[in-house]
Amino acid sequence: MSNLTGLQNLTRRDQIFKFLINPNELEIDTSKGDILYIEDLSVSFDGFKAIDNLNLYLREGELRCIIGPNGAGKTTLMDIITGKTRPDSGSVYLGQNINLLEYNESEIAQLGIGRKFQKPTVFEQQSVFENLELSMAGNKHVWHTLTTQLCGEEIDRCDEILQQAGLIEMKQLPAGLLSHGQKQWLEIAMLVMQQPKVLLVDEPVSGMTHQEMEKTAELLNSLAGKHTVVVVEHDIDFVRSIASQVTVLHQGRVLAEGSMEQVQSNPAVVEVYLGE
Amino acid sequence: MIRKILQNHLHGRIFLCLLLILTLYVAFANLLLPSDHLLYVSTYTVTLLGKYLTYALLAIAVDLVWGYLGILSLGHGAFFALGGYVMGMYLMRQVGDRGVYGNPLLADFMVFLNWDSLPWFWLGFDQFWFAAIMIMLVPGTLAFVFGWFAFRSRVTGVYLSIMTQAMTYALMLAFFRNEMGFGGNNGLTDFKDLLGFSLQSDSMRVGLFVSSALALALGYWSCRAIVNSKLGRVSVAIRDSEDRVRFLGYQVDHFKLWVFTFSAVLAGIAGALYVPQVGIINPSEFSPINSIEIVVWVAVGGRATLLGAILGALMVNYAKTYFTGAFPEIWLFALGGLFIAVTLFAPRGVLGFFQRQDNRKSANQVGTE
Repeated sequence: MSNLTGLQNLTRRDQIFKFLINPNELEIDTSKGDILYIEDLSVSFDGFKAIDNLNLYLREGELRCIIGPNGAGKTTLMDIITGKTRPDSGSVYLGQNINLLEYNESEIAQLGIGRKFQKPTVFEQQSVFENLELSMAGNKHVWHTLTTQLCGEEIDRCDEILQQAGLIEMKQLPAGLLSHGQKQWLEIAMLVMQQPKVLLVDEPVSGMTHQEMEKTAELLNSLAGKHTVVVVEHDIDFVRSIASQVTVLHQGRVLAEGSMEQVQSNPAVVEVYLGE
Repeated sequence: MIRKILQNHLHGRIFLCLLLILTLYVAFANLLLPSDHLLYVSTYTVTLLGKYLTYALLAIAVDLVWGYLGILSLGHGAFFALGGYVMGMYLMRQVGDRGVYGNPLLADFMVFLNWDSLPWFWLGFDQFWFAAIMIMLVPGTLAFVFGWFAFRSRVTGVYLSIMTQAMTYALMLAFFRNEMGFGGNNGLTDFKDLLGFSLQSDSMRVGLFVSSALALALGYWSCRAIVNSKLGRVSVAIRDSEDRVRFLGYQVDHFKLWVFTFSAVLAGIAGALYVPQVGIINPSEFSPINSIEIVVWVAVGGRATLLGAILGALMVNYAKTYFTGAFPEIWLFALGGLFIAVTLFAPRGVLGFFQRQDNRKSANQVGTE
């Protein structure tokens, strides 16, 4: 009987010829409620263990903050999830069925993982609107981009997201003319255009004023639920203002996990991070 | 007003109109007017202009990859020369038994080297259609293979430039060897006719000039189409922030590979049109300095404008013709001086200089309102 189902699996294209499938056509199996499974992950650079046997699970739709002192491995973790760095050992799964370590950066992006860099990175020579157009989910093959035309629906969607990010007035402006905070929002808006399952946001409020921070918190909160949002941040006040769940990293390991109150009262955390 | 037009896509249409008018005028003035007429254009000028137009096509090929994709190719001369060699092979086979040694099958240099049969890679080049395909296929394949390895291993910036430079230099050394079978350091020359018409006739010269103009127009139009499409915007995005594009889900290496290959094909076509007009192709066309000169044309005219590349190619080559005729010893100094002047006073090229003046003017107007 089990042989028979094995044979049936042979006729399923996605079981045998994985490379034939466009990554954005793969179904992500989240029937257990978790979207990202990171298990026993380790990576070291020249003997320095940046990530050391790390385990982390993300619920679908949650807003998770990852905090930790410099060198705790936060950015390295993001690099591994998005395919920029290969781990020495361990596994990273999107849903229960997709092994992210088999894919490269652009395929992982098409699978539904969006990433905002630490330093705001937008296409400065192109207009705000064009930035969003480039980020739009859909076919990203060379030939398709040569022949495609924007349809009204897509323009409406861009406008809607610009409205949400508060950038609608700057629509035709070159992105290089935006202020630092506006660039951060534009980059978040670009992430949303990708329609990702998981949003990885690296230090979204660095260099922002207080008002801008509040607006960013609002923006990120509105995204949780529809997307799983992971925020890496230094600013503890900001984390306090948005997070339901906090994970503290230290020397490449998870030191504590829980709500902000729980984490703050954890003596180990106080010692390495919050207490200083 | 003229500056405004230069910035917009209207300028492309104006350029194409000007090119059409120039082509028609030169063609008719050469063929129909008597040679003592005031408006007569000599055959020498026709050929010279035709040569400039092939250079202009080569320049937009470089501008497409450098200006829009950020790949500073210092090896586009190689694709140009390969297209030229393919055309040269066809022209050599057309010579037939009219060569010095009168061998109906072998080219003169093969008889001279005591070869008794045609090398296999010379087969098929007696057919124009075959040569026409090879003109695109040979440079395109080289670019594809080169790009496949380079872009997959993420070689970028100055390292990539050095590799392209090394590629053209290696090809030059290879083509200098007699054993390669392409005429060694003499290259291919003494062509007689193309498609059955004598290369020396006025109508053939005009025909080649018109073909060059047509190729330039089509090349410009197709590059403009690429630049205006989403592909063009992805290219500019790759130029400005490659990592970001990758994390948006685009396979950056595929984009680079296809645009680079297309550009190499354009360069090959330019080379194929160049050779029958100058009458010779030899390994010095592969020399690294040639490829660097192309980049200078683009920089002088204005990067990432396409029209700037054309303008730069025409201006610099006109200056070259003038200086090498009038003051041959100072040409290289003039070229160097021009490059320094452009870098200092118009870092975005001649076209970019006018655009900036225009922007400043409109900014002043906004300020006074």
